[in-house]
Amino acid sequence: MEILMILTVGVLVSVSTYLLLTKSLLRVVLGLLLLSHAAHLLFLTLAGLKEGAPPLLGEEAASYADPLPQALILTAIVIGFGVTAFLLVLSYRTYKEHKTDDLDQLRGSADE
Amino acid sequence: MRTNFLMLHTITRIVSFIILSFSIYLFFAGHNNPGGGFIGGLMTATALLLLYISFDIKKIKKAIPFDYSTIIAIGLLIAIVTGLNSLLFGDPFLTQYFEYYTVPVLGEIELTTALPFDLGIYLVVVAVALLSILTIAEDDS
Amino acid sequence: MNNLVLLPVLIPFLMGVILIFFKKNIPVQRYISGITSSALLLLAAYILYVIYQDGIITLELGNWPAPFGIVLVGDLFSSIMVLLASIVAMACLFFAFQTLHHDREKFYFYPFYFFLLTGVNGSFLTGDIFNLFVFFEVMLLSSFVLLAMGGKKYQLRESFKYVVISTFGSMFFIIAVALLYSVTGTLNFAHLAQRISEVDPANNGILTVIAILFFLVFGLKGALVPLHFWLPNSYFAPPTAVAALLGGLLTKVGVYSIIRTNTLIFTHNQDFTLNIILILAGLTMFFGVVGAVSKFDFKRILAIHIVSQVGYMIMGLGIGTAMAIAGSIYIIAHNMIIKTALFLFSGATETVTGTTNLKKMSGILKTHPYLGWLFFIAAISLAGIPPLSGFFSKFALVLGGLEEQRYFIVFVSLVVGLLTLFSMVKIFMYVFWGSPTITEEQKKTKVGKLLLPAIPLVIISFLMGVMAEPVYLLFEAAANQMLDPSIYINSVLKE
Repeated sequence: MEILMILTVGVLVSVSTYLLLTKSLLRVVLGLLLLSHAAHLLFLTLAGLKEGAPPLLGEEAASYADPLPQALILTAIVIGFGVTAFLLVLSYRTYKEHKTDDLDQLRGSADE
Repeated sequence: MRTNFLMLHTITRIVSFIILSFSIYLFFAGHNNPGGGFIGGLMTATALLLLYISFDIKKIKKAIPFDYSTIIAIGLLIAIVTGLNSLLFGDPFLTQYFEYYTVPVLGEIELTTALPFDLGIYLVVVAVALLSILTIAEDDS
Repeated sequence: MNNLVLLPVLIPFLMGVILIFFKKNIPVQRYISGITSSALLLLAAYILYVIYQDGIITLELGNWPAPFGIVLVGDLFSSIMVLLASIVAMACLFFAFQTLHHDREKFYFYPFYFFLLTGVNGSFLTGDIFNLFVFFEVMLLSSFVLLAMGGKKYQLRESFKYVVISTFGSMFFIIAVALLYSVTGTLNFAHLAQRISEVDPANNGILTVIAILFFLVFGLKGALVPLHFWLPNSYFAPPTAVAALLGGLLTKVGVYSIIRTNTLIFTHNQDFTLNIILILAGLTMFFGVVGAVSKFDFKRILAIHIVSQVGYMIMGLGIGTAMAIAGSIYIIAHNMIIKTALFLFSGATETVTGTTNLKKMSGILKTHPYLGWLFFIAAISLAGIPPLSGFFSKFALVLGGLEEQRYFIVFVSLVVGLLTLFSMVKIFMYVFWGSPTITEEQKKTKVGKLLLPAIPLVIISFLMGVMAEPVYLLFEAAANQMLDPSIYINSVLKE
């Protein structure tokens, strides 16, 4: 199972790297989104995949999964949600002001 | 060409209520079961978003005349004040209190200070999601 | 248990929320934020006093005991940083009252100013590495908004790059936390320090990798060479009050985290990690100042100087003795205050001349002598001329380096000090010296009110130089407290 998870993380990271290196604003934002998913999945894998009931009050099982990484990932997802919402609005405004979403044209020169 | 959204309108009327009631269930299921303010809030936001998409933004604005940035502030304030009340009892910030009560019809229920905290989160999430999407959607010019 | 350490985090957050309700009423927002930030300053001073008297204070949030729940920890170093942050924030706030455009004030400047402070104070006071991540994000999100707010073309473009780079860095933060958790099984600073010290020294390669990963993450936020490239442009874009606030606070949070993690947690292989830190410190100092020498723009020179000063701050950590670390804290204190003052002077000059390009202005000393001489004092303080604070901070660093026989880094730091002086004198020559070229109308521009927030900063810098002995003793006490992690561990885990 760990191998499969790591492979998924690898695919996500490579796709997001590709997207981050493209020239379109929106693709860069999507690349960051995928990278955050990869990081969260990696967290889940690194913290140890265990068999066991969900760590809830009502369950009466012999073993429970570790709740800490799940809580941390949920926090990270919420933060990612906020950052993504902001990034989308910011990239939209940038596109509106500059009339282009091509990062080559948004580079700017050294002395302005 | 003017399209007729009959299908969309009819389905939205039914589905949005299903989503809304499920989101309320999720909200109250929180604390000890999967659910809580964040997920419930996102669900509510999707239901409202469905209304915005299938009907006109202007019409829905008349039906839901809230200023979302104020709702964010109210939600945050509720959450902070809930955390603050533990200072009154001399405990650290965010200490949780809970008690079980027996109510005639519903049976035993749990009352906890996590609930108002979650209500704050719920309001913030609904308002943030709708505000950021509507800000882009309204700027059509 | 003491709720006192919570207040520097809670009060700005609560006030930021309350200010959202007054979004239409700007005078009320100004009064509330002015009073709150003054109260925060007094509170921070009181907390420093209490900690100096009684030792480290901890607070277990939600009454969860230490290694399981989140703790807030106030030790000498963090309370000094909170005090400095309140001083800088207050000066920038009062400068913003004078200069900020009304549109920006309407777009929630004051709420986000307080959210930024929440994040900064939270990062200083937290005792949990994931909580540190959360407060970093609170701080970064507010800084994104402050940077991009009311954006012109240039500002939006540079903000976008800054946001993308910061978010990219945050992902590495998550990955580093994940690695650390998988190796040690805990996230509490004190508990981490305890577990890492128990690891077999022959078998701790993975911990060194994690330490360097954290160093890179914080280095990106703290603008170390070669991760500094985002800084000059993004700090040039926003208005002066915002640039001064971010320049004074954000990079220092990165530096604080580097010092905290490397003195408390990753003490297992210091020969290696401290050497890397020392090498990067030298590179950061040198390339930062070379960048400053090559530029001809007031604000840009100051922005790039932040990079070079960050090099000094971690140089003390790299040397690793109590004296050097005390020097590091000294230079952080000196730099936060004097850099903010310099940014405010650049804003005042921009108000007079309407430009920040050095080649387009000249001779302002004749029309605005107070501005000129105050800038001169701040500039030579930055360059390290006695009896101002810059001299004594560098003195402690250099002496610490010589004692440890790190001659090369000491040499680099002295050369960089010389080049700093050169670039400051360059600004002074171009802007204030020479015959006035400004118009009659510009001559009459009054800057007295603009200088008012900056004057206390210059006075503090002067006092920190004149009263170097007590100030240094305080910083040395903080350094000694950091160099003995068992004090921190015992007060958090209560063993």
